[in-house]
Amino acid sequence: MTQILPRSPLLNAQGVSKRFGAVAALKDASLSLAKGEIVALMGANGAGKSTLVKILTGALRHDNGQILIKGQDRRIGSPRAARRAGLVPVYQEPSLIPDLDVRDNLRLGDTPVEPFLHWVSELGLPDLRLDAMIGRLPLASLRILDLARAIAAEPDVLLLDEMTAALPADLVDRVLTVVRAQADAGRSVIYISHRFTEISTLCDRATVLRDGVTVGDLPIEPGIEERIVELMLGAGVASAAQSRPPKPRPAGQKPRLSVRGLAAGTKLTDVSFDLHAGEVLGVVALEGQGQDEVFDVLAGARKSLRGTVLVKGEPAHFAHPADAIAKGLTFVPGDRAHALLMQRSVRENIALPLLARLRNWGPIAMAAEGARVGAAIERLQIDTRAQGEVRRLSGGNQQKVTIARWVAKGVDTVLLFDPTRGIDVRTKRQIYDLVRDLADQGAAVLYYTSELAEIRLACDRAIVIFGGRVVDQIEASAASDAHLMRAAYGLTEKDRATEKDGATA
Amino acid sequence: MTKEPSRLSRALSDYPLIPLTLLLVVLVVALELLRPGIVNERWIANTIKFAIPLAMLAACQTLTMLTGGIDLSAGVAATVVAFVMATQVPVLGVPLAIAVSLIPAIAMGLLNGFGIAICRVHPLIMTLGTGLVATGCLQVYQRFVIASGSVVPESLAWLGTGRTLGLPNSLALFLPFAALILLAQRQTGFGRLLYAIGSNEGAARLSGVRTWQVYFTLYALSGVIAGITGLLYVGLIKAPSLSLVNPMLLPSVAAAVVGGTSIFGGRGGYGGTILGALILTVLGTLLTLVQIPEGARGVFFGLIILAVTAIYMRLTNQT
Repeated sequence: MTQILPRSPLLNAQGVSKRFGAVAALKDASLSLAKGEIVALMGANGAGKSTLVKILTGALRHDNGQILIKGQDRRIGSPRAARRAGLVPVYQEPSLIPDLDVRDNLRLGDTPVEPFLHWVSELGLPDLRLDAMIGRLPLASLRILDLARAIAAEPDVLLLDEMTAALPADLVDRVLTVVRAQADAGRSVIYISHRFTEISTLCDRATVLRDGVTVGDLPIEPGIEERIVELMLGAGVASAAQSRPPKPRPAGQKPRLSVRGLAAGTKLTDVSFDLHAGEVLGVVALEGQGQDEVFDVLAGARKSLRGTVLVKGEPAHFAHPADAIAKGLTFVPGDRAHALLMQRSVRENIALPLLARLRNWGPIAMAAEGARVGAAIERLQIDTRAQGEVRRLSGGNQQKVTIARWVAKGVDTVLLFDPTRGIDVRTKRQIYDLVRDLADQGAAVLYYTSELAEIRLACDRAIVIFGGRVVDQIEASAASDAHLMRAAYGLTEKDRATEKDGATA
Repeated sequence: MTKEPSRLSRALSDYPLIPLTLLLVVLVVALELLRPGIVNERWIANTIKFAIPLAMLAACQTLTMLTGGIDLSAGVAATVVAFVMATQVPVLGVPLAIAVSLIPAIAMGLLNGFGIAICRVHPLIMTLGTGLVATGCLQVYQRFVIASGSVVPESLAWLGTGRTLGLPNSLALFLPFAALILLAQRQTGFGRLLYAIGSNEGAARLSGVRTWQVYFTLYALSGVIAGITGLLYVGLIKAPSLSLVNPMLLPSVAAAVVGGTSIFGGRGGYGGTILGALILTVLGTLLTLVQIPEGARGVFFGLIILAVTAIYMRLTNQT
C-alpha cells in the first residue's frame, strides 16, 4: 500500500530552506504526505527536524521552497493559519495551562468536549475528570490530553513530536492503536520518534533529514532500521551498540548504596536493592510505580516514610539535596527543565554545584573553574556553538549539560532518570559510553529508563519495580524485552529475597 | 519552543550595555541642543552627584531582582538609618552612631529573608510589609529622641556635597562600591547563585544550594546597601526627615529595570543599572528644562521609561 511517490499528496513541501544568520538550519528539505499515510520524520539532533516542523506549523517562515497543501501553495504565517489549513501539532512539551482545569483548557482551544472525552477514554484514561487541575496531572496524562485534543479537532494532518517519549508501555500501545485508526480513517500523520520499534509497527514511510537536507524517503519494511540509522548518521557510523557480557562482582565488597524497605508518598511501598561501585543498575517500571519517589528520596528532594538508606554501609538521611550531594549522590532528573538554568551559559550551568556550599561563595578561581568546565564539556562532547544561553542548545546537548555538571563536580554515585528521553541516536550512544566510562572509573550508577532495550545497552543488572516494590532482578545480558515487560506488568513476581543472590556470577 | 533571535538581537543580548550608552549620549546631546552650553564640567559633576545615591539604592533592587525578588523596603531602610544616625550623633558620637544606625537596616533585611525564604511570602509583599512596619517604628522612635535633636556630621556632608578637582567626593565611595558589586555578581559564588536562583530555583536546590542561606544574606546585604545610601543621601540633603529617601524607591526600581535587569530574575546586572540611574537623572533634568506643566512632566517621565524598557527588552530578546 505504500509508494515512494504518493498519489496526489495532501501535503507536499519541496526544497524548503531556512537560515538563522550564518547558520543554515535547513538547506533542501522535502516532505510529502498522502491522505491516510503515516510518515516518520527522522534525523539526528541538529538535522533540521524541529525547524521543518516549526515551518509546517507556522511558528517560523521558510526562506525558499514551496509548501503545497491539497495542491495549493500556502504560506503558513502563524500557528492559527496552520490549524485552518488542517494541520494540528502535538508538541513534546504539554501545551495546557497548569492553573486551569481540563474543561477550561478545552474552552480556550474551542475543543468540543464529547469527542475529546471519547478519545481520552480510547487512549487509556477513562477516569479523567473535567474538573481536574492540569497542574496536578502527571506528565503522561498531559500528553494523552494533548493528543485527544488534537484528534478531537479532526485535522487533516496530525503532527506528533515524540508523542510516546514520556509514556509508559501500556499507554504507548493505546496511542499507536489510535493513531493507526486515525490514518485508516483517512487522516495523515507526521510522526517524529526516536523509537524504531514504534516506527516499524506504525509508519508507512520514513523521511530522513541530515544536515538540513532530505537524504532519504524509504518505505518501511523489515530490516529498514539499519538503513535509516546509516542515512541519519552519514556513512560509516552505523552499527548497533553491543550488549555487554555480565560482569563479575567482587565478593565481599560493601555496596556503595543499600536501600532497604524504602517507602514514600502513596506509590512507593517497599523497595530494597544494593548498588555497587563500578556497576550500572537499571530500573524498569511502568509509569507511576514508585520509581520517581525512589529517585527523589535518594536525591534528597523528598522525605521517605519508612526504610533505610546506607551509603558505604553508613546510615544516611537526606533532608535537602545538599545532604545527598555531600554523601556523593548526584541526581539528573528526567525533565531537563527541572535541572537547567535556561537563560544562563553552559559554563554557569556546569559550575553550579561547585558554588553551592557556603564556603564557596567567595571569589571564584576563574581559570581553575574554566579548566574544570572545559574538561567536562570535552568529555561529553557538548556542542558549544550556542553556549551563551542553554535554552539555545538542542535537547541532546541540554541533557549532556545536566550530566556534565556532575562530571565536573566529581562523580561518586549518579542517579540518572531516563537520561535519553527524546534525544537522538548519536547522543544516546554517547551517553551509554559515558555511563560505562564512569562506572569503569568506580562510579555507581542507578539508571531508570523507559526504553527496555537500554537495559542491555547501558546496564549491568536491572531491577523491575511494580506497585511500589521490586518484583524482579536480572542480569542485563539475560534481560529480554519480553521478560522485562512481563515483570513490569507484575507477571513474574519472584520471591523478594533476591538481595542475597550475590553469587550469580 | 524558543524563538530564534536575529543576529542583531543576539549581538545586543551579548553586549546589552551598548544601546543604553547610546541612549544616554542621545539624551545628553538633546539637552545640549535644547540649552546650548549647559553641558559643562559643573553640570556633569552635579548629575553624577545626584545619580550616585539613586544608583546605590538601585543596587538593592538589582541584586534582589536577579533572584526574581525586589526590595521595596530599601527606601525606608535608608531613611531609618539616616534618621537614627543623625539623632544618635549628639549622644554617641559619629563613628558609633553610624555603626548603631545600620543595625535596624540589617534587622529589616533579616526579617525580609525570613519571610521570603522560610514563610515563602512573595518578596513584593514581604518587603512592602517590612517597610511599613519600619516606618511605624521610626515614628515611635522619633517621639523618644525629639529632645536630643539631630546633627548631620561634617564628614558625611563633605562626602555628599563636596567636590575635589571638579569631581564629586561621593565618587570616592561609589567607585569602589560599584567595582565590588560588578565583580561580585559574576566572579563570586554568591553572585552566581543569585542568577541561578532567579533562573530556576528548583534547579539550584537540586544542585545543592540551600536557598534560604542565599535569601537571608541577600536581603541583609540589601539592607546594608540601603543604609549606606541613606547615610550618603542625608549628607547630600543635610536635613534628616521621616521620609528622606522614600521618594527615591520607585526611581530605584525604574533604574534597575531601564538598565536591563529582568524583574523575573536571572538576567541583567549592575552595569546596566548604573547607566539606568544616569539616564533617569539626565531625563529628569531634560524634562525640567522643557516648559511644560509639572503633571505633564510626570506623564512624559513615565511614558519614556515604559517605552525605553519595552524597546530594550525586545532588542535583547528577553520576551
